[in-house]
Amino acid sequence: MQGIGLLSIVIWLPIAGGIATLAIGDRHAAAARWAALITSLATLGFCVPLYIGFRNGTAAFQFIERASWIPALHAQYWLGVDGISLPLILLTAFVTVPVIIAGWSVIERRVSQYFAAFLIMEGLMIGVFAALDALLFYFFWEAMLIPMFVIIGVWGGPRRVYATLKFFLYTFLGSVLMLVALIYLYEKSGSYAIGAMQMLPLSLNEQRWIFLAFLLAFAVKVPMWPVHTWLPDAHVEAPTGGSVILAAIMLKMGGYGLLRFSLPITPDACRQLDWLILVLSLIAIIYIAFVALVQTDMKKLIAYSSIAHMGFVTLGAFLVFLIVSATGSLTGAVSGMDGAQFQMISHGLVSGALFLCIGVMYDRLHTRDIGAYGGVINVMPKFAGFMVLFALANSGLPGTSGFVGEFLVILSSFKASFWYAVLAATILIMGAAYNLWLIKRVIFGPVANEKVAHMPGLNGREFLVLGVLAASVVLLGVWPAPLLNMMEASVQHLVHQVVVSKIPGS
Amino acid sequence: MNATSTWLPALPEIILAASACLVLLVDAYAGAVRRTLTPTLTVVTLLIGVLLMMLTSQFTLVTHRELLFGGLYVTDPLAVFLKLVGFATMATVIFYSQDYLDGRGLRGGEYYVLCLTALLGVFVLVSANSLLTVYLGIELLSLSLYAMVAFDRDSGIAAEAAIKYFVLGAIASGVLLYGMSMLYGLTGTLDLDTLAHAVRHGPDAGLIIGVALVVVAVAFKFGAVPFHMWVPDVYQGAPTSVTLYIATVSNLGSFALFARLLSHGLAGLPAIWTQMVMAVAVLSLLIGNLVAIAQTNLKRMLAYSAIANAGFVLLGFATGTAAGYQAALNFTIAYVLTTLGAFGMILMLARAGYEHDEIADFKGLATRDPLLALLMLVLMFSTAGVPPFIGFWAKLWIIQALLGGGHVWVATYAVLISVVGAYYYLRVVWYMYFEGAGERGRPETRGRMRFILTLNAAAVLLLGLLPNGLLSLCGRLIGAG
Repeated sequence: MQGIGLLSIVIWLPIAGGIATLAIGDRHAAAARWAALITSLATLGFCVPLYIGFRNGTAAFQFIERASWIPALHAQYWLGVDGISLPLILLTAFVTVPVIIAGWSVIERRVSQYFAAFLIMEGLMIGVFAALDALLFYFFWEAMLIPMFVIIGVWGGPRRVYATLKFFLYTFLGSVLMLVALIYLYEKSGSYAIGAMQMLPLSLNEQRWIFLAFLLAFAVKVPMWPVHTWLPDAHVEAPTGGSVILAAIMLKMGGYGLLRFSLPITPDACRQLDWLILVLSLIAIIYIAFVALVQTDMKKLIAYSSIAHMGFVTLGAFLVFLIVSATGSLTGAVSGMDGAQFQMISHGLVSGALFLCIGVMYDRLHTRDIGAYGGVINVMPKFAGFMVLFALANSGLPGTSGFVGEFLVILSSFKASFWYAVLAATILIMGAAYNLWLIKRVIFGPVANEKVAHMPGLNGREFLVLGVLAASVVLLGVWPAPLLNMMEASVQHLVHQVVVSKIPGS
Repeated sequence: MNATSTWLPALPEIILAASACLVLLVDAYAGAVRRTLTPTLTVVTLLIGVLLMMLTSQFTLVTHRELLFGGLYVTDPLAVFLKLVGFATMATVIFYSQDYLDGRGLRGGEYYVLCLTALLGVFVLVSANSLLTVYLGIELLSLSLYAMVAFDRDSGIAAEAAIKYFVLGAIASGVLLYGMSMLYGLTGTLDLDTLAHAVRHGPDAGLIIGVALVVVAVAFKFGAVPFHMWVPDVYQGAPTSVTLYIATVSNLGSFALFARLLSHGLAGLPAIWTQMVMAVAVLSLLIGNLVAIAQTNLKRMLAYSAIANAGFVLLGFATGTAAGYQAALNFTIAYVLTTLGAFGMILMLARAGYEHDEIADFKGLATRDPLLALLMLVLMFSTAGVPPFIGFWAKLWIIQALLGGGHVWVATYAVLISVVGAYYYLRVVWYMYFEGAGERGRPETRGRMRFILTLNAAAVLLLGLLPNGLLSLCGRLIGAG
């Protein structure tokens, strides 16, 4: 399209900025902070032309960059975005800025390393969403583990080493089998291009194995029940910024992988094994919601609520087959998938904001125990307003972004079966239960703890961060059309891809 | 073919042999200057070797295979490449070892003589085209190594390691000779080209036994399970500079041994040895990775990691395909490059009376010396096979060769076991980054060492970002060889 592609810029600019921040060193902490902030803002700035230049109404990839990378392996440096990946890239660039600001004064140890890790993460995560070559995708996907490993391990809580090793090994174990599947597909198709893999005819047996290999990789990342156990540990131990990135973006990679790899590459296996995903999703929605209810650690509560919400994403995406066979038309399936996609973006904003809120409280009281709080509204009224808004958005209140995705998924699950809709809708009840109860115990009521009474109010930096996130949550809630329009053509294309069998001779 | 060209390709070996003699003489007669003269002379020799190889236009990696000395000796692009890598690797080893040896009063010139003769052994192996030359090379290499391990004569564990290595190595040599004699007896030839065709007649019991004995000896050289017993003791017991030599230069020799003797010489019988090698490789991955977890000494951990990595190289060979050999070559180069850095780090941080080879010695390095910690992080993640480093592509190519050969389950096993392996590499990062420094202060290091180590780690990263050069080079070399 242009000389040097926008996508390359938004991938490599933060990485270069991260290396520069690292080079500045811990002795010049202020300079490192500013370098990180400027880099993240510049990256977000380069996303503006990406957003403006993106043409809705086509499923074709845009902003394509294609260059030879490893001819020996037939792998290319091939980037491009469609309606599924672009929102996630925008989300990544958007969320990184508050993360940098949130760490501004809180992080005092090894400052330049902290900011560098987040910037490098940003570039690698955008790379995952932009890669159209499976090897390039895997390259970014795995490389991302290194900065996250360091972030949790260095700036985390007391059990950080356990948590970060668990995080790394869990996700590494999931991904290596995906690598085997990708190489297998390469051996069959002679190319690492994701497009070629999507076209490749595969027998049902092959598809089943590849589906399972992919599923392990993506289910760990989503995370789906029962491979979710790393997430609460990682969240609890990670510093605030790490939790935000984990919840807002890394979990979305699992969902993205299911949409980009599992569904189009192994559609027949997906159709045959969709019950597996549906059952696991419903367990996540219902069982994990109960688990969230009994948590006493705020971060753990939000972590479990993330698992439940991501269960909604996988549910919406894999209801496709039931809806198509029940109604015979694709429109219901499209809205389910739309809902799943929308939920990913919305959850990214809402859960990120909630983790930031918890970070704000933690910085003041140094505990995340729900019992230690109570009556925060009396001392921090502005903060309480934000926290209540985000908690309500998390439980799917109409007028917030949380509502749109959940509504679309529940609506389309009606078309699959009444009972699916009933089970899926429990998320509204359960979500309201644990979110409101959290609010009741933490924000409202009398000031129970002496220390709470002395909590200082929000400072300007915190107000700005939470304010911007609150504005975007409300904006997407009342006016979801721009995002839905952006996704529409690609989601439709995906649904069309998925319903066509790839078994040779069928 | 004129008279000069018959020995010209053997120039690297001639230079090495001549300079080994020269260094020996200089060391004996030069007096006090010898302490700086011998290492300098050795490095100069290596540079001259590289230069002469380039001058004799061997560097142009043509698809050209030439036999010399009545077919005992072969030169081809693969040989030229491996010799260049050998020169460069040994020069780096000598460079990394200097301060370490000085700090321990190990200044004898015999170290350099032995390094040179061991490298000569590697080169003979690289160019071997007859069972006799193979044996000559392997003995020259091994005997030099035994002496090098025992080189620190005041060290008890070094002497113990050397005796273990020597006794087991001698048995392995005997086994190799026995196997070779059976091959010779059944085919009537020592020449590997002829052997490759002669054994096509099909296996009989004698041939199978002969091949099995050869495989045992080769597996011993690689340190593959169940012939790995010497590896941990030798790696830990030997002076670190010798360990580095064994892990890198000698590894090139092991690769050459397999490539010449089995891949080429027994190309007619792949069905027999590939299964044996596959079994050995699978076991090596299991034992190497599992036992490495329990280690607290970094040298010993890297020894078990070497066993596991030998498993990966052997998996490439065990496919019996050109793609597999290419992957094995690529893996060997990547491994040598990364291992140079890892042992280089230990050598640099060691001081007089303090080996710095316990993993706990690395505690808090990220706060004490962020650059060194970052370099070590790069090296460890590379060995663990995580992108964007060279180790990832090395493993990827092995897996790809396995899948190309239809070994889906072995490939799955290999990736799963490398997740186990990731744990102990991560542990080094954990100690460096997540643990407090305690009493330890900022390590004293020399600027030139830091510089070369930085280049070493940068190469690991750059070849990971742009791996095509090395990958396609390996492809061309094996395709041509």
